[in-house]
Amino acid sequence: MEIPKSFLGFKRENGRAGTRNHVIILPVDDISNACAEAVSNNIKGTIALPHSYGRLQFGADLELHFRTMIGTGSNPNVAAVIVIGIEPKWTKKIVDGIAKTGKPVEGFHIERTGDIGTVMKASKKAQEFVMWASEKQREECPISDLWISVKCGESDTTSGLASNPTVGNLMDKLEPLGVHLCFGETSELTGAEKVCATRGATKEASDKFMKTWNAYNDFILKEATDDLSESQPTAGNIAGGLTTIEEKAFGNFQKIGNCKFVDVLEPAEEPKKGKGLYFMDTSSAAAECVTLQAAAGFNIHLFPTGQGNIVGNPIEPVVKLTANPLTVKGMGEHIDCDVSKILSREMNLSEAGDRLIETTLRVANGRLTCAEALGHKEFVMTKLYRSA
Amino acid sequence: MSTDIIIHDQKDNVGVVVIEKITPKQECKCWIMENDGSLNIQSMDEIPLGHKIAMVDLKEGETILKYGHDIGKVVKSIKKGEHVHVHNVKTKKW
Repeated sequence: MEIPKSFLGFKRENGRAGTRNHVIILPVDDISNACAEAVSNNIKGTIALPHSYGRLQFGADLELHFRTMIGTGSNPNVAAVIVIGIEPKWTKKIVDGIAKTGKPVEGFHIERTGDIGTVMKASKKAQEFVMWASEKQREECPISDLWISVKCGESDTTSGLASNPTVGNLMDKLEPLGVHLCFGETSELTGAEKVCATRGATKEASDKFMKTWNAYNDFILKEATDDLSESQPTAGNIAGGLTTIEEKAFGNFQKIGNCKFVDVLEPAEEPKKGKGLYFMDTSSAAAECVTLQAAAGFNIHLFPTGQGNIVGNPIEPVVKLTANPLTVKGMGEHIDCDVSKILSREMNLSEAGDRLIETTLRVANGRLTCAEALGHKEFVMTKLYRSA
Repeated sequence: MSTDIIIHDQKDNVGVVVIEKITPKQECKCWIMENDGSLNIQSMDEIPLGHKIAMVDLKEGETILKYGHDIGKVVKSIKKGEHVHVHNVKTKKW
């Protein structure tokens, strides 16, 4: 298949391109969710991103909070942002961070005004933003403007046999065209970590990966009780035939094809070393991982599933594929790309990779994903430890 | 060219069932992805889609190989053709 050289995206002020054109209402903290949701209810075409945190956090955990908030607002799939927080200082910090992209952003704080006054002021600005954004047109963008993140979920052995290698095949074909790529799931590489480390493009990248994996593994072993084997693999994984974390890890690892990773990113950290594949230190829980990748600037997500994970994200479209024919049959409304014919050997891996590239480009051009049509907007902040 | 079981790597001692299920005493056709090889095996158990079958006899303490790599240890001996899963294999990691 000849791979198209371009897609139709929304060009942003900072030179990036979006596959979507969202206007978001971003609460700084848990207690501002009600206000943000009221604004999005008032002004059609906006999305509120409620979440559970943002108060009394400190240290690396607070830094991650700000990085995720600013990164989410800065993502090129977002045209404009309303930020609402309880107090002015942290609200302004997030507004200023997003403003560096050049996109319209305005902050509101609730103290001294109350919810009702804030909702009124923020709604007026949100209406202005959404009407402005509605005139933005899709334009031809080079395929290198795609930043593709990947994460698998509710995996089974069909993931490692077929749907993850399909993503790997896509990576092998798109990496030479200059796209950015990102995989994560630090804990779910356990058992395959040494093999994964050999895929660093430089010794520095390999060493950084092992340091990151060791730190995560030490944390798991420190907190672990005898229920760990019920969490990893999950009950769904076991029902699908996966027996151990090592088996899951080698299946997971098929997603990167033959690519080498150029750098290891902190959670939600924007890649800075140009095109190519990056590893990000993330949890293996689907919504947490995708939220972090979206906050790092990735504009389209590929999600292979075995038993049928249904996750979506409010700003980054999540394209689902599966090779499990029972999942296609039982929950087809969640599956954007069916590669189950690999198992019956009626389709080979390269054909599956081509089909996934076609699906990815259709979604990049604006086709809704199943998760978008079904209203999946899971936005889950990663919290590193307890608040002060 | 129907395939009942796919084996990732020639070194593997387990294969994955890729049809809805296999039944005891079924003559199954296996395909090895790595080298496009094929072989047959008779199953001992009913094994559902996605679950693993032992390609050889495996003793307690032996290593399960899949993708050509170590994915865990045998904790209860397994006969060729039997179902391989959490009841007879455990992780070496956690």
